[in-house]
Amino acid sequence: MASRYTKDHEWVRVEGDVATCGISVFAAEQLGDVVYVELPAVGAQVEQGAEMAVVESAKAASDVYAPVSGAILAVNEALTTNPEKVNEGPEGEGWFVKIQLTKPAELDALMDEAAYAAFAKA
Amino acid sequence: MRYLPLTDDDRAAMLAAVGARSMDDLYAGVPREAVLDRPVALPAHQGELQVERLMTLLASCNLPAGRTAFFVGAGAYRHHVPASVDHLIQRSEFLTTYTPYQPEIAQGTLQALYEFQTQVAMLTDMEVANASMYDGSTGMAEAALMAARVTRRRRIVLSGGVHPHYLATVRTACAGAGLDIVALPPAVDDEAAVARAVNADTAAVIVQSPNVFGTITDLRAIASAAHGAGALLVAGFTEALAFGLIEPAGAMGADIVVGEGQSIGNALSFGGPYVGLFATREKYVRQAPGRLAGETVDADGKRGFVLTLSTREQHIRREKATSNICTNSGLCTLAWTAHMTLLGAAGLQRLAALNHEAACDLADALTAIDGVELLTPRFFNEFALALPKRADAVVDALLTRGVMGGVPYHRLTGAPGFENVLLVCATETNTPEDIAAYAAALAEVLA
Amino acid sequence: MTTTVSGNRGLLQAENLIFEIGSETRTGVDLPAPKGRSDRLGGLKRTAPLPLPGLSEPEAVRHYVRLSQKNYAIDLGFFPLGSCTMKHNPRLNERMARLEGFADLHPLQPEQTVQGALMLMEELSRWLVTLTGMEAVALSPKAGAHGEACGMLAIKAAIVARGEGETRKRVLVPSSAHGTNPATAAACGFIVDEIKGDADGRVDLVDVTEKLGPDVAAIMMTNPNTCGLFEPDIRKIADMVHAAGGYFYCDGANYNAIVGRVRPGDLGVDAMHINLHKTFSTPHGGGGPGAGPTVLSAALAPFAPVPYLVRDGETLRLVETESGADPDARPFGRMCAFHGQMGMYVRALTYMLSHGADGLRQVAEDAVLNANYLLARLKGHFGAPFGDRPCMHEVLLDDSTLKPHGVETVDLAKALIDEGYHPMTTYFPLVVHGALLIEPTETESKAELDRFANVLIALAERAKTDAAHFKAAPRLAPLRRLDETRAARQPKLRWRPEEALRAAAE
Repeated sequence: MASRYTKDHEWVRVEGDVATCGISVFAAEQLGDVVYVELPAVGAQVEQGAEMAVVESAKAASDVYAPVSGAILAVNEALTTNPEKVNEGPEGEGWFVKIQLTKPAELDALMDEAAYAAFAKA
Repeated sequence: MRYLPLTDDDRAAMLAAVGARSMDDLYAGVPREAVLDRPVALPAHQGELQVERLMTLLASCNLPAGRTAFFVGAGAYRHHVPASVDHLIQRSEFLTTYTPYQPEIAQGTLQALYEFQTQVAMLTDMEVANASMYDGSTGMAEAALMAARVTRRRRIVLSGGVHPHYLATVRTACAGAGLDIVALPPAVDDEAAVARAVNADTAAVIVQSPNVFGTITDLRAIASAAHGAGALLVAGFTEALAFGLIEPAGAMGADIVVGEGQSIGNALSFGGPYVGLFATREKYVRQAPGRLAGETVDADGKRGFVLTLSTREQHIRREKATSNICTNSGLCTLAWTAHMTLLGAAGLQRLAALNHEAACDLADALTAIDGVELLTPRFFNEFALALPKRADAVVDALLTRGVMGGVPYHRLTGAPGFENVLLVCATETNTPEDIAAYAAALAEVLA
Repeated sequence: MTTTVSGNRGLLQAENLIFEIGSETRTGVDLPAPKGRSDRLGGLKRTAPLPLPGLSEPEAVRHYVRLSQKNYAIDLGFFPLGSCTMKHNPRLNERMARLEGFADLHPLQPEQTVQGALMLMEELSRWLVTLTGMEAVALSPKAGAHGEACGMLAIKAAIVARGEGETRKRVLVPSSAHGTNPATAAACGFIVDEIKGDADGRVDLVDVTEKLGPDVAAIMMTNPNTCGLFEPDIRKIADMVHAAGGYFYCDGANYNAIVGRVRPGDLGVDAMHINLHKTFSTPHGGGGPGAGPTVLSAALAPFAPVPYLVRDGETLRLVETESGADPDARPFGRMCAFHGQMGMYVRALTYMLSHGADGLRQVAEDAVLNANYLLARLKGHFGAPFGDRPCMHEVLLDDSTLKPHGVETVDLAKALIDEGYHPMTTYFPLVVHGALLIEPTETESKAELDRFANVLIALAERAKTDAAHFKAAPRLAPLRRLDETRAARQPKLRWRPEEALRAAAE
């Protein structure tokens, strides 16, 4: 399926009942060079809109919120040693976590690509 | 007024440029009723000579340590500081600069901090150290809070050998943060009890070595008990010089080594300012409090230093910061690192050995007196004595004989018990004559 | 740039790390040889390596003097760092702190031998309490943020004593506050609730009204605030907070603007820390040591931490333990070992006696006048986010006039370095984009202010046509812009002996 976006600039892409999430290209540009990513523990339960991870540049730190609820299936360990992957491909190799969806209906409230593009521009 | 460059003419011209009739216009935002129309009821300004006279008078009402045979330790230590150290820290460029937030014009401070961090890590045998804390006690409190963050647990166990002022400081900071403090009863040597007190809820075990009674502890058994339970071992100290001679906590499994650095480079100064040393394992550094200097390069590829990992700190993370601290102990840090550089490994080891020998000589001389018992089984430069009388009365009686003989343990707790225990310290500043004078005076007082 | 064979550039000497120039066998101190008697270490002699390098005294002195010359300092030039009060540090203060009768005192030597030190603490307390119009002062906090913790813990103790410890947990903090405020409230176990600012850069009164309630423990406000403005509704806010059963913590970082002219006690403040290193001229020392005595209202005074001072007729004594406290005192605990920053008490009192009540009032007035003069000179050249109303002791501008030309706050700051100035505070307060916060203090002359204003105005003009000049700055500092991203991605926080081996191999 196509990506969907939150107002806090996270993206989520669902295959089956697994959602892959990260921060948007726009968010990565705003943040500048990422120097560190703090990821949740695998197995942790997250609620939509709750703090899930932290992403840091040299001068700023931003909370990353879970775009959907569920259990953390996997985290992108590569970011721990190569945080620059977030800048290189925020919506590709720079993904943060995979979540086992528990409330697929939550996706309906998120923006599609066009709506997010308009939102980010505003 | 010698510190104010503006003249009345300047002030008039500036008010005109601003478009104000008087200073009252500039304070127009202040509620009328809150503005004082005259100076507060305190003395008026004075010249240097007059101020110096007043301050010197106050100073003369004290008895400086160096005017007596001086054996007081228990958390602050009288050592000789080389003259060049005090000269260097009074250089304008170190004394009158700010936190190095503009690294291009603060490389002096930053390089000194980087060297300091490395020296502290080497001394404690740890991987990394921060750019210092306010002092040893607040550093220990920060270590407890950090251990709680790392382990996501709330129980902090403290040995009964931890300095009571440190315990009170940790207790205050941890109560604010909602942690549970388990303080073991005061004990000269409680290694086994500490290891037993660790359980699966424990965030940190805090042991001080040398402890307030002077006892040195082999931390390896406690470290393995802590690690077995998933807790961190926090090793405290108040006499940094000890590590020139004794095994440092880092080599015995400590996860955080924290304590007072005053004894290197810094005057007694009635308790402050001092400098907290804080070292830890590399894997925990993002949970560490305080500033960190790190190496990088400039736009031309030249080596330089910056404050780094600052996203942990309050100015960025606000209520999610690892600590509310926004200063280190800058100038005291410089004094520490300059003194340590003058010493080097060879000087440090020799200085530590001289301290230990003075303490051994003192222990021999004092325990030769009837009724005086040495409580401390292993020590560096301080130890505890059990006296046949109350220690506070003995200290007062010694003072009339020109000897400052130590600290009554009871003074530190105010609680019943240990009234006859005296904490005694010797350093390289004590001559054999000082030691003989102490022994003679104590024999007289106890006779 | 001209390169040299030595790496030195005239007066500026290149200097390696002590680990690269020193050795473990060299030393700058002469000590007698130990006698070699048997030790009493119980087998715990050091076995870990001790690779600390030593230097002889001439080498050590050169090392640190060379390093010092890579620092900017107040003694060298104008240091308009907003919120930091970089005023002149009188040298008399230093001389007094080094008097044997203060510097060579142990914190635990018998009280009868330190009566002068205790008198000094009593006199400093009298000055602080009188100047602020408060009931008492806790001297021991070791820095501003430590003082904040002291004040907030006193508030917590007062709330617990009222039996409301479980219900009053929320602390209101304006969005413009120093980061220490929310960090402190959180560290003391409170829940932080942010208050908005209004369009004029002040606390939004409506938002405060709406957020007050029976669960509010305190409000933490900076006054004058971080936008350099006096909060005009402060008395009203204090009354509202008190009526709701909460306390008023005032961040005293900006006290220099009002010292001797306005007493925080008259504004309804319950607790305020005083940065002795800002208002009272103790040196900043490259980031400390500071000192943060905290004044308390009558409502909070009984909860002041140990140690505190008590006068018994002719003599003074310290209450050092909670069990030793007087029956009417309920100390909340202890902030640190010993009695706080005595060395800073000496310096601060020396400064106060030098200025006197009249001089301190003049300090505040000159600080405010200097800031307003700069505002008058600079307005029109830079953005003024809150208009050009009079400010207090600092001027808040922004980079909105520069940005269209591709120059932003950081670039202006780095260009100022080339001009021989320390930059102002940048990007703070967070509520203003591209903030430039300038605090001249009272110890700058009109001529110095004019020179600085001329430079800033010229830079603003240059920004219109020459962004490249700014992007490449600084060029004339000891180093060019440093790569902070690299420092944070691969933290290298110490030198390691392997580096020496690697260098030798190359």
